[in-house]
Amino acid sequence: MPVLTEELTTTELPKLTNDEIARYSRHLILPEVGMEGQQKLKAAKVLCVGTGGLGAPLALYLAAAGVGTIGLVDFDTVDASNLQRQVIHSTATVGMLKVDSAEIMLKGLNPHLNVVKYNTMLTSANALEIFKDFDVIADGTDNFQTRYLVNDACVLTGKPNAYGSIFRFEGQASVFGTEEGPCYRCLYPEPPPPGLVPSCAEGGVLGILPGLVGIIQATEVIKLILKIGDPLIGRLLLVDALGMSFRTLKLRKNPDCPVCGTHPTVTELIDYDQFCGVPKPTEVGPLEVAQNQAVGDLPVVDGIPQISVEAFKRKLDAKEDIFVLDVREPHEYPIANLGAPLIPVGSLEGRISELASVKDKEIIVHCRSGARSQKAAVILKNAGFSNVSNLTGGILAWAEKIDPTMPKY
Amino acid sequence: MKIHIPTPLRSYTGGKETVEVGGATVAATLDQLATSYPELRNHLFTAEGKLRSFVNVYLNDDDVRYLPNKEETVAAENDELTIIPSIAGGCCCNL
Repeated sequence: MPVLTEELTTTELPKLTNDEIARYSRHLILPEVGMEGQQKLKAAKVLCVGTGGLGAPLALYLAAAGVGTIGLVDFDTVDASNLQRQVIHSTATVGMLKVDSAEIMLKGLNPHLNVVKYNTMLTSANALEIFKDFDVIADGTDNFQTRYLVNDACVLTGKPNAYGSIFRFEGQASVFGTEEGPCYRCLYPEPPPPGLVPSCAEGGVLGILPGLVGIIQATEVIKLILKIGDPLIGRLLLVDALGMSFRTLKLRKNPDCPVCGTHPTVTELIDYDQFCGVPKPTEVGPLEVAQNQAVGDLPVVDGIPQISVEAFKRKLDAKEDIFVLDVREPHEYPIANLGAPLIPVGSLEGRISELASVKDKEIIVHCRSGARSQKAAVILKNAGFSNVSNLTGGILAWAEKIDPTMPKY
Repeated sequence: MKIHIPTPLRSYTGGKETVEVGGATVAATLDQLATSYPELRNHLFTAEGKLRSFVNVYLNDDDVRYLPNKEETVAAENDELTIIPSIAGGCCCNL
């Protein structure tokens, strides 16, 4: 077992006040926790990387359980669309920094808690410095770059990583980075190339699923601190919310692992954007945009002219002979649409014959934000379509700049 | 044998969670899977036909990479293959 709270004797552990004893009564009468366990929790310092879907329930339950110090790393602000699952934020804190919003909820739940806020993106430059003060790291991030960064920083600093990850209805959890167990790289030596990651819009997530997985992470954190039970070291838990089935698979420590193997080649943090093949974030903003290469106001990207919603509207108003194609998924259409025919980007190659009659027409492709439609435009161009443009910013930009009555999703 | 398809790859199997495919070995079964669902091939194999390093395949409860014969391990009709995807989500992307 990893050493979490330095091997403190009971006398060195922080004392509980009478208020705390009243608050943690149901822990104190549980022999597996008891007075000493509760004091260990009070002494413990846990870092939550991300205060999103996973980080929200994770941090809330750790705060409720009496973990003394919780660190929060997040660069983002609270958006209304977060509240479907990020229960640490609330309607009243929309627009606020997530770390500030989370602190309000956590302190409201447990005023004894010490919250350490890092309003920053976790990077190779700051990760080791941030991690060094904590006993356990809980990875609740949402992109591969940060997953590998958290893993490597955990291995390099010798901190266990309570890992959780979700996609649509499916979740994974494990404990990585302990001395005897495997790390994330033992399971996934390399990230998938960006093009093979399902696009976010095909993603989505059932709001309660991160709740389920985040609480599994919290459970593992508590077990690591109390040194009870069998943590998910060397095991990967697979959660399928639709079938409500849970499976654990054995994970092996890879002796040739570049970080935790016997002859490590990664001995310091690297450039994780490069490692994952994604462009560097140019500003502090949603990483997903960089990851999926949403395109800005560039005139031509990969041979595809980019058209603004204003220019697009002028063409529509002038009744120009253009063909508009929507490449989103069918379930997105009823939320908002521009009345264009729909062929989801994933099935475009197979259905390209349906567009034979417009092969040499001016085609403007749109999706929600402009990323999938760029991909689709490239597919059309490669298939010999002669005049294909991508609508910059997609239907979101249309709602923002042209039709404010249209919902944004 | 039965192959469990993870959520991120189900769009290539017509939404199916499990697929029945025949094959004498793990490799042959996966190849048959990619033949039945051609869009999957690029997600499972490299251009050289090697299983991609970020795709983990379990034969029952064992990681195929750690079996003595790896992908050439003989697979029986009642064995189950599970493909474990790399997923990174922690909240939800906004695209």
